[in-house]
Amino acid sequence: MSEPGSNATAADGAHAGETRRDFIHIAAATVTAGGVAAVAWPFIQQLAPAADTRALSSAEIDISKVPEGGEIRVLIGGLPFFIRHRTAAEIQEARNVNIETLRDKQTDDERLRPNLQGVLNPTILVTSGVCTHLGCVPVGPSQGTVGEFGGWFCPCHGSQYDTSGRIRKGPAPANLAVPNYTYVSDTTIKITL
Amino acid sequence: MSGPSTYEPKSGFTKWLDARLPVVRLAVDSFVDFPTPKNLNYWWAFGAILAVCLVIQIVTGIVLAMHYVANTSMAFDSVERIMRDIEFGWLIRNIHATGASMFFLAVYVHMFRGMYYGSYKAPREVLWILGVVLYALMMATAFMGYVLPWGQMSFHGAGVITNILGAIPLVGPTIKTYLMGGPAIGDPTLNRFYSLHYLLPFVIAGVVILHIWALHVPGNGNPTGVSVKDVKKDTVPFHPYYTVKDGFAIVVFLIVFAVFVFYYPNALGHADNSIEANPLVTPAHIVPEWYLLPFYAILRAITFDIGPISAKLIGVLAMFGSILVLFVLPWLDTSKVRSMRYRPFAQQLFVVFVLACIGLGFCGANNPEDLVFKFREDKLAVSYTSTDGKATTQIFDDFNQARALQTSLPPTAGASLEISASGFKWAWLSQILTAFYFLYFLFILPVLGVIEKPKPRPASIADSVRKRHPGDKKPAASVGAAPQAAE
Repeated sequence: MSEPGSNATAADGAHAGETRRDFIHIAAATVTAGGVAAVAWPFIQQLAPAADTRALSSAEIDISKVPEGGEIRVLIGGLPFFIRHRTAAEIQEARNVNIETLRDKQTDDERLRPNLQGVLNPTILVTSGVCTHLGCVPVGPSQGTVGEFGGWFCPCHGSQYDTSGRIRKGPAPANLAVPNYTYVSDTTIKITL
Repeated sequence: MSGPSTYEPKSGFTKWLDARLPVVRLAVDSFVDFPTPKNLNYWWAFGAILAVCLVIQIVTGIVLAMHYVANTSMAFDSVERIMRDIEFGWLIRNIHATGASMFFLAVYVHMFRGMYYGSYKAPREVLWILGVVLYALMMATAFMGYVLPWGQMSFHGAGVITNILGAIPLVGPTIKTYLMGGPAIGDPTLNRFYSLHYLLPFVIAGVVILHIWALHVPGNGNPTGVSVKDVKKDTVPFHPYYTVKDGFAIVVFLIVFAVFVFYYPNALGHADNSIEANPLVTPAHIVPEWYLLPFYAILRAITFDIGPISAKLIGVLAMFGSILVLFVLPWLDTSKVRSMRYRPFAQQLFVVFVLACIGLGFCGANNPEDLVFKFREDKLAVSYTSTDGKATTQIFDDFNQARALQTSLPPTAGASLEISASGFKWAWLSQILTAFYFLYFLFILPVLGVIEKPKPRPASIADSVRKRHPGDKKPAASVGAAPQAAE
């Protein structure tokens, strides 16, 4: 009350007891908080992917080299992707499935992308190589094991994927993700993270 | 000054904690209630500024270590990646690089303050020695950090420093080999420097704790050098009085820091370090960072052998001696008066000493053979071998006359025509200033303390404050006439 600048004796009862020192405390704390936030931002943001890392987040892949009935595996920014050249039997198998029996309901066509002519190309299936359960990389034609449903089999916890990369059995909750990709020519696709 | 603790835990939790780990008590006693002389000026703020510098270097350094690669084929590129590709990498690296310079700027002010106000005198000798240890650790850390970007100055600077250590008699070559981990500076050197550059800041932090501990036993000195006599009258609590004063000084210091970081990030560095290290080519003009230049000048000042001891070894000994002498400063200064405010001659010679240190910095930055100033206008010199086989030089004002002599001589005389400059060399200035540097510690301070008649000191800190602010309350008590104890 005896503090210099005290408004304690002011007629305005709503501000009784407030002092100029309160204002200084609030102003100083506010400026400090602003400064801390401004400094913290670059120190947190530096953890984000760097410009050169981001620049490596897409790749073009020649699909004409994938043998029928086989797959190739590519890494983009360290993430694995499967590019599979399916046989006619495998395509048929994927199409014959009753969608209603699936855990993650998707038709085979929904898992394909149109080529330059605007037509879906069922022979080439492109999926992420990361099991939707806990992130292992399922084994497939390149390891000589395709699992019970002819697609992929995850060795970690036994998830089984079919020839469209859909989850059929085991703990994984969802189908192998279809990445963001486009046809840039009849024989080349571009996958972007 | 440490005394009985005044902290009283209030809540149930703080009482419970205080009985088990009195960490709150330690913090309150050290940085809140700590009685601090009421007359500290802004030179005393540099301790807090240095603490901030250390934190900034450690935080930015930890971030840089996330992105840096300690490998001779990748180090330079990884630094370029930090500057170009990492989010805010340019900012964090500029803060770290500028921060090294700001750290040394602050430590020099802090050390000069200690020397002017006699902060090293009893009972603060250990406090001072720990400070010199910190300074030596800082120099080692800064040197090894400067090697990491693997630029031309990094590489060849490291070569010079390791060769300096190699000049130590008997053990030198072994130390040098163990430091480099091979016949030359290379991958093993870079990796161990990186490891130690990461380690030493934490060693510094540890010694800082000892430094503050040693400070808190006798308490702060003060500009009068008069010891605290009455805690109530002479001191104020650290918080809020010095948290606010130090805080303001820190903000002003950070503004200067930010000007360098954002507007002149390369002003304190050297352009040659933007070229990747090339072991086959040494830069034409090799110098250390500015904060080590005075010692570099002392190293180069010794150009003469003394008896069987080579100039190289004396230079190295002088350079190490210039730092080691600081350890015994408390015993070299024989004056019983702490503050040079009351020592008229010491005060003036201290100013000369500071100017000598800055002058040595300029000596270190310049080529020893270049001229500080010219004695006369440049003239022409014709040098030749005379008919009796002696090397002869003639000086001319006029080109035609000089040319005439040159052409008149037979080809066997090997006459050459050159510009003849005559002036005061940087090498000579380094020698004079180096001599003064050692004279100051080894002769002036010991002798002056005995022969100088100090001015009267105030009876107490409170008295000195009252005298400086007349009109406040009571008149000053009797001053200075009574014989005084060491202070």
